[in-house]
Amino acid sequence: MTSAPRDREIAVVAFAQTAHRRTSEELSEVEMLMPVLHEVLDRTGLKTADIDFTCSGSSDYLAGRAFSFTLALDGVGAWPPISESHVEMDGAWALYEAWTKLLTGDADTALVYSYGKSSPGSVRDVLTRQLDPYYVAPLWPDSVALAALQAQALIDARDTDEPALAAVASRNREAATTNPHAQLRGPVPQGDYLVQPLRTGDCPPIGDGAAAVILAAGDRARDLCDRPAWIRGIDHRIEAHGLGVRDLTDSPSTRLAAERAGVFERPVDTAELHAPFTAQEVVLRKALRLGEDVDVNPSGGALAANPIMAAGLIRIGEAAARIHRGASDRALAHATSGPCLQQNLVAVLEGERR
Amino acid sequence: MSAVLKAPLVVEFPFTRSLGPVQSAFLTGLRERVILGVKTGDGRTLVPPVEYDPVTAEELHDLVEVAPTGTVTTWAWNPAPRRGQPLTTPFAWVLVRLDGADTALLHALDAPGPAAVHTGMPVRVRWAGERTGAITDIACFEPCDGRRAEPTGHTGAFEDPVTGIVAAARLDYTYSPGRAQTAYINALSGRRTVGERCPSCRKVYVPPRGACPTCGVATSEQVEVGPRGTVTTFCIVNIKAKNLDIEVPYVYAHIALDGAGLALHGRIGGIPYDEVRMGLRVEPVWTDGARYPDHYRPTGEPDADYDTYKELL
Repeated sequence: MTSAPRDREIAVVAFAQTAHRRTSEELSEVEMLMPVLHEVLDRTGLKTADIDFTCSGSSDYLAGRAFSFTLALDGVGAWPPISESHVEMDGAWALYEAWTKLLTGDADTALVYSYGKSSPGSVRDVLTRQLDPYYVAPLWPDSVALAALQAQALIDARDTDEPALAAVASRNREAATTNPHAQLRGPVPQGDYLVQPLRTGDCPPIGDGAAAVILAAGDRARDLCDRPAWIRGIDHRIEAHGLGVRDLTDSPSTRLAAERAGVFERPVDTAELHAPFTAQEVVLRKALRLGEDVDVNPSGGALAANPIMAAGLIRIGEAAARIHRGASDRALAHATSGPCLQQNLVAVLEGERR
Repeated sequence: MSAVLKAPLVVEFPFTRSLGPVQSAFLTGLRERVILGVKTGDGRTLVPPVEYDPVTAEELHDLVEVAPTGTVTTWAWNPAPRRGQPLTTPFAWVLVRLDGADTALLHALDAPGPAAVHTGMPVRVRWAGERTGAITDIACFEPCDGRRAEPTGHTGAFEDPVTGIVAAARLDYTYSPGRAQTAYINALSGRRTVGERCPSCRKVYVPPRGACPTCGVATSEQVEVGPRGTVTTFCIVNIKAKNLDIEVPYVYAHIALDGAGLALHGRIGGIPYDEVRMGLRVEPVWTDGARYPDHYRPTGEPDADYDTYKELL
């Protein structure tokens, strides 16, 4: 293939996800993933052999096994040999790698998938292993505790209060009533404090799930999808790992990623935010300057289903699917990783005028 | 369908990490009840100290002592401490800006309840009785009257500095191999080997994982294979592995069980190691109470013709 034109257009042309559940112990990871891969391929009529590049996201720490992603490749069908890569991150970052590959002109189509089974272990403990190993990880501060520190900082700054956080939880789970894949739908009690000021209702469900997306470039995208979700911009940024160095009430990395992705050039009508904890939605809305006119998390977001490693890719997939079906013309998708929104990815997706 | 198998799986490792000059000074200081920060080019003091400025990426090395007293910048009440956390009774997670520092340190605060904690409250370090040069040398913080403790005037230079830490990590899982491998393991308990046939390419995969890795489709048709098989390739092991009760040299081989579409691994016994060959016909040898064959031995049949196993190498 020749070098890519500078204005090469790339779109999400198909999206599929599992029904996210608290446990899927009867299925191995590949057994959980395979139906999603088949579904996303079926939507485009493509076969594995037609895909130029494959990239996945997952975590060995969730599985408790080294190189666990290689077993999942059985579900892709890696013979004849395929061009494949993997990130130990949410699948949103695998999508970024695939998007870059398509930009180079080396590929016209890409399959991106990610999955996580949280049920075999304890997510709160597992996520401590991504923290600074010298000063922080030996204290075993779990993911809810760190999110709670951020929530208290927001409350102290008068950016939110507990009733407002409860309203975030309630609105997301109400939206999820129309999402057949969601794990928590409709009214959910705010419950007791898990780590104060966060109550169980402020926290995401723990669950198993997988998602897959197909990307295509230019006319190939138009062939595969009636209304491709064109990626107009995508960028990801990271902040200092030390929590005590950061202003936890703000997310400068999200804002910068959004600027670079072109979010602020024109209004968006939809925003799929990866905010596993209610207080994080408050931070992201502020960082992204989202007004009340933007439909935030029509899928229910991560408060309705948060399969680790797939939840960020799902935000891109949900935003794209809304464009595919004509419910959105310009959507923002956001994914996060690390404690207290440490790393953030922002994409802008657009459908062509109808 | 029978229930899937489940078993506890513990992943445990003593991560041994070396320290750079800044981290070494900070952790050695904790051992000596001295808290050090590092100065940035624009005059801020970072505690805990880092080797590179998080804003400018400039290398940092100017150590400065700060006080063991400070102010809570945010907090979260933890009603149910988890394994490995600093206190076993309910406590507050806190970010504390020590007096003299511009950034905050994460740790635990021992307090009687959430009503006794607020942002802005003064706290002081409670040192651990035994200190080794680790962040846990600070046992926790405790409320104090707000009077600032004075630094000792330490320069940050120590005799016998700590140069590394051992960060023990343990995660507990309940492992389930899923439907296909459960069937395989259950069959093994009856000394039978069961694979699954791909509906597309018709190969029989053993052990089965529920998917054909070539075609990327689900497999479900169970097929019993073996017990006899053919050595497709092998190697001679000359170095004794730790904790392995097998005399060297011995032969480790790929064995294509009759009816299987790919080869398994196994040890070959009952024959001198230098007489093992490609095409050798073998059968499993079980020992009492074993969950899988101990090894494979020759059956005495004539060697298999190369063409019968060349696709399985």
